[in-house]
Amino acid sequence: MIILQPRKHVSLRLTIAVPVLSVLVTLALGGVIFALLGYNPLQALYEFFIAPLARPDQIGNLFVKACPLIIIGTGLIFCYRANVWNIGAEGQLILGAMGAGWVALSFPEAESRFLILAMAVMAMVGGALWGLIPAILKIRFKTNEILVSLMLTYIAALLVDWVVRGPWRDPMAFGFPLTRTYPDAGLISRMPLPGIGYLGQLHWGVLVAFVVALAGWFYLSRMLGGFQIKLMGDAPRAGKFAGFHQGWVTIMVMMISGALAGLAGMIEVSANIGMLQPHISFGYGFTAIIVAFLARLNPMAAIAAGLVVALAELGGDAAQISMNIPKVVTGIFKGILLFMLLAGETLTRYQIIWIGRSQASTTTAKTKG
Amino acid sequence: MFDDLLLTVLLTSIPLILAATGELVAEKSGVLNLGVEGMMLMGAVSAFGFASLTGNPYVGILGGGLAGMMVAMVFAVFVLGLATNQVATGLALTIFGTGLSGLIGAPLVGQAIDGLSALNLPILSDLPLVGVLFRLDALAYLAMIIVAVVSYVLNKTKAGLILRAVGVNHDSAHALGYRVLQVRFLAVCFGGFMAGLGGAYLPLVLTPHWAEGMTSGRGWIALALVVFASWRPGRVIIGAILFGGVTILQLVAQARGWGVPSQFLSMMPYFATIIVLVLISSRGRIQFGAPAHLGKNFMATR
Repeated sequence: MIILQPRKHVSLRLTIAVPVLSVLVTLALGGVIFALLGYNPLQALYEFFIAPLARPDQIGNLFVKACPLIIIGTGLIFCYRANVWNIGAEGQLILGAMGAGWVALSFPEAESRFLILAMAVMAMVGGALWGLIPAILKIRFKTNEILVSLMLTYIAALLVDWVVRGPWRDPMAFGFPLTRTYPDAGLISRMPLPGIGYLGQLHWGVLVAFVVALAGWFYLSRMLGGFQIKLMGDAPRAGKFAGFHQGWVTIMVMMISGALAGLAGMIEVSANIGMLQPHISFGYGFTAIIVAFLARLNPMAAIAAGLVVALAELGGDAAQISMNIPKVVTGIFKGILLFMLLAGETLTRYQIIWIGRSQASTTTAKTKG
Repeated sequence: MFDDLLLTVLLTSIPLILAATGELVAEKSGVLNLGVEGMMLMGAVSAFGFASLTGNPYVGILGGGLAGMMVAMVFAVFVLGLATNQVATGLALTIFGTGLSGLIGAPLVGQAIDGLSALNLPILSDLPLVGVLFRLDALAYLAMIIVAVVSYVLNKTKAGLILRAVGVNHDSAHALGYRVLQVRFLAVCFGGFMAGLGGAYLPLVLTPHWAEGMTSGRGWIALALVVFASWRPGRVIIGAILFGGVTILQLVAQARGWGVPSQFLSMMPYFATIIVLVLISSRGRIQFGAPAHLGKNFMATR
């Protein structure tokens, strides 16, 4: 019989080793699965994790892919620390993109740089409101926030599909489901690096992602609000005695993560697409869940975690073309990674002790007696 | 015309009935498995693959169920063996299942299979109105039988009592000498098998081809259905038929040209889910049969 015994002290070495080992085991197991299905595992791993970085400009694109993941992941860390399970970031991202799009399309002549600020604000409002719905239903009616936030994601996807085919469609788009292009002031330009110049599609939004992660880290680790979130997640009863309100914490974390997902949606559109279309995001809202866990719920680590997961995403794009396999296959790596991280979490917190069968039965007998 | 409509609604509800009944059993034992969507996709792709290889859709049924069960076992090992967070592990299962089914199904895209054909029961199928119930396929009949059996076993047998006891309070059940983890393992496996069958129904009956992500959220709706049914098997059928009806409504509206944008009609099942969740959840958990230890991990103590 196996027994999990809590460790008295968790060493820093173990804290760092778990995510690193998880990534390595994931690569190995992913390779095994590809081999079992008749693909060359080394080629698969090469296409997914090395080929994307073969050209220097791809490094810039890696940061571009990581940008929404870092921003959304930071928001989700707020939720998961508070034990609130927002898995509808994808929908909040879409609503954010729609909020920003509404501003950009309402002022097609705008030249002021304030336009982009207004878009960012509306994006965050849109995302936060979409995140507020499951929070309010959870507090008022005790509904499960997982299911509600997920259903809202499906609704959001249909909503954006409707606006780009209906009211917001560009009449000059030859019937394509696209809005008009945003004015230049509503776009995010590429960011030149000192001494290097432009690197792939690297844009200013990436800088925003870094700032968001740092700010999130500062708030969660250095401010009372962050402590409140952590306390309500770990020990809600103690939190209540301390005078914190469970409902407010739920609303706050859902709105923060919704707002950040919305911001990510706005950046994604303004930097890479320049208009609204039926498909804005490629599951960033879901992938960011893995980023949050890989970062072990630490926003600072979300930067590194975002880059690691972005590499798999970029690899998925490459493998789609070179190996002719669908992009969702990246999910194999992402799923195994999440499994490994969760197992690692247990192994960090507990020691696994094997006790003999006879000893186990005496324990049961004692409790019975 | 009305008969046809009723039949379509019934057929649409079968995958939901299968998956939700399986999840209900797992949840009754105290395990919340959010991986239903992933298990259904694995069931769908395996059913299609086996049916395509052997030319026999009945082999597909078995293949689908077993595939769902196999990935459920992975979930069980983590959640029961390593006491990992059930919510996050379920998400991992869905992400993994979506990816793996996509890879397995890549060479199957564009192929077609012979699906399950309807088995009309003599005399009964000619009855007006209720005759529709006897014009289904083997897997649909099986679904109805399983719901009845599950309902009986859960409520009237000792095995069912033990399963429910483990879900209500695993510490007490453990103290009484029941093997909590073993019971939960079996319940999760059953849930996986049923989700696999539910997934199998899609390519074997509803659309005879494979497409990545073809469950399009049915796994999540099945999870909501368990809440809707307040953990009672019989009500799963009612709920599933309601959802089936809402889904079909959008097709009817489109065909008749009601002038509502199709996207809004497609939103209906998801809206309905939210509304139902609000109505059911506000009435309190314990009163409505939610297992008290749902989602809580059991760790044996010395």
